[in-house]
Amino acid sequence: MIEVESLYFKYPLSNDYVLKDINLKIGLGEVVGIMGGNGSGKTTLIKHFNGLLKPTKGTVKIFGKDTREESVAYFSKKVGLVFQNPGHQIFSDTVWNEIAFALKNFGFEEEIINKRVKWALEFFNLTQYKDTSPLLLSGGEKKRLCLASVLAWNPDFIILDEPTVGQDFLQKEKLIEIIKMLITQNKTVIVVSHDVEFIWLLQPRLILISNGVIVKDGDCKSVFKDNAILEKCGLTKPQLVELYEELYPLIEQMPVDIVEAHSMLLKLLRGSK
Amino acid sequence: METLAEIIKFINFSFSYSGSTTPILKNINLSIEEGDFVLLVGPSGCGKSTLLRCINGLIPHLYNGAYEGEVIVDGELVKNKNVNELATKVGFVFQNPENQIFMFSVEKDIVFGLENIGLERNEIDIRLKWVLHALGIEHLRYKPPYELSDGQKQRVAIAGVLAMKPKILILDEPTSLLDPRTALDFILLLGELNKKFGLTIIVVEHRIDLLTNVANKIIVLDKGEIVFKGLLKEIIKNKNLNLYGVGVPPVIALQNNLRDEDIIFDEVYLNVKDFAKEIKRRLI
Ligand SMILES: Nc1ncnc2c1ncn2[C@@H]1O[C@H](COP(=O)(O)OP(=O)(O)OP(=O)(O)O)[C@@H](O)[C@H]1O
Ligand SMILES: Nc1ncnc2c1ncn2[C@@H]1O[C@H](COP(=O)(O)OP(=O)(O)OP(=O)(O)O)[C@@H](O)[C@H]1O
Ligand SMILES: [Mg+2]
Ligand SMILES: [Mg+2]
Repeated sequence: MIEVESLYFKYPLSNDYVLKDINLKIGLGEVVGIMGGNGSGKTTLIKHFNGLLKPTKGTVKIFGKDTREESVAYFSKKVGLVFQNPGHQIFSDTVWNEIAFALKNFGFEEEIINKRVKWALEFFNLTQYKDTSPLLLSGGEKKRLCLASVLAWNPDFIILDEPTVGQDFLQKEKLIEIIKMLITQNKTVIVVSHDVEFIWLLQPRLILISNGVIVKDGDCKSVFKDNAILEKCGLTKPQLVELYEELYPLIEQMPVDIVEAHSMLLKLLRGSK
Repeated sequence: METLAEIIKFINFSFSYSGSTTPILKNINLSIEEGDFVLLVGPSGCGKSTLLRCINGLIPHLYNGAYEGEVIVDGELVKNKNVNELATKVGFVFQNPENQIFMFSVEKDIVFGLENIGLERNEIDIRLKWVLHALGIEHLRYKPPYELSDGQKQRVAIAGVLAMKPKILILDEPTSLLDPRTALDFILLLGELNKKFGLTIIVVEHRIDLLTNVANKIIVLDKGEIVFKGLLKEIIKNKNLNLYGVGVPPVIALQNNLRDEDIIFDEVYLNVKDFAKEIKRRLI
């Protein structure tokens, strides 16, 4: 459980609060999306979820423990954070070692390490690069390496900052698949993203941030109906939501994926003949 | 005889990075005409960024490897030009903005390139104001790069390249970190620059829904080979695109799926409004 209470935050040397009066509870088994304009405070917020940043005012508790009371390493075992920029996360000489690094640090046994690394390599299509230097990977491959490294140690909370950057369609589908799988294991996945089409397929609890303030917290569908808030947060609509709005009341529900939209349209077009 | 000027041309071109055994680009033959707006897509790791590096000269001048065939940019062989010369013609926005921002403030970063090519102060000011405004970063003008959010960095990187007013603009996933509104506005700006000034643009982008309204051509790369190239409107309706990791936008996927059910559309509707209008028309 992550509990945030009256969190205010400003960076040192700066006068303005970047986060203002954030109150939030995120439990196990949830999938949560966080969206908002550039510079609205998303990355700053999630850096509080493993103690990397500490509140200027207010508190953040992880499984009941105040983030001021323990080290980042302590919280990291429970909360895995995958940064937007892979460059900030990659240190090892080979792809294999990169994934094994944290596992070793957390003191897992050799056998488990080998198993986990193998699984992660395969899942993220990286097996062929296991002995390659991470620096030579393409942009999308680097990003997948970071995902693989964090998922390998199996934290309860997985926080992904812009996970779809550099990912093609198949990789995105895979990502959705893995997030759904993690949820069935009662893990929590928090996704920060600008990719409205991706978020729509995920159908998460959606939190919108504008200017350091949470302006909306609700289920995905209701959020994408709130035009005023979308405007304020610089969000556009997923195409399927747009389609629903254009065709309403001919179709009465928002289709959550292509398959559903297809059968709605088919019914509509066939029904008329 | 050609009527339009070919501004970029690959002839029987192959490349592999030194140390790697497999070629990353294989037998590429390609010509891009002045004023084209090209969308370059394909699965992660297929060689998109590598192809772009061959246009701006990072390959072969900074990356070593086996270089076969020719790459010609604006009438000259890339391998005979140095990277700095090329940079005045070819503006390049990197996949990762942090590879691009070096100076102590946003303003200095943008101005740096302009001073380097010896522009007058007055012109520099005009261009600076233009790009700060176009990317919505006036308020960040005096900020150091390490105080910027990721999307703000990407905006600055783009601004720096636009200010140079290159003849060819190459962008490697330029909107990946921009919020949706900003991404849309920026793509529309690219469309305008392309139409008004005939700027040649090549964009790598996985979120292709953003680009279907502005790009006219598309190239699909797979395992280092070109598998499709041509007019976007033609190629986008090819169902096999999925096999190459290209996520066609939902509105187009729907048209493709309906076509399988013998519901045929004479035209490809690239945006939802037009598609919905057509659906409604059929119901009358
Ligand atoms: N400097 C390098 N040395 C050796 N191999 C490299 C180097 N850069 C990239 N590669 C390899 O070349 C292949 C193509 O990489 P490239 O960066 O061109 O892919 P991409 O299509 O841009 O992928 P993405 O969409 O993930 O950014 C990849 O397999 C990558 O691992
Ligand atoms: N190290 C820092 N020092 C000072 N200010 C910072 C620092 N990092 C970020 N900021 C500022 O804090 C605000 C919030 O930044 P943050 O990175 O949290 O935004 P974000 O919502 O993640 O944006 P993006 O969508 O662009 O990634 C921005 O205005 C940014 O300029
Ligand atoms: Mg961010
Ligand atoms: Mg790339």
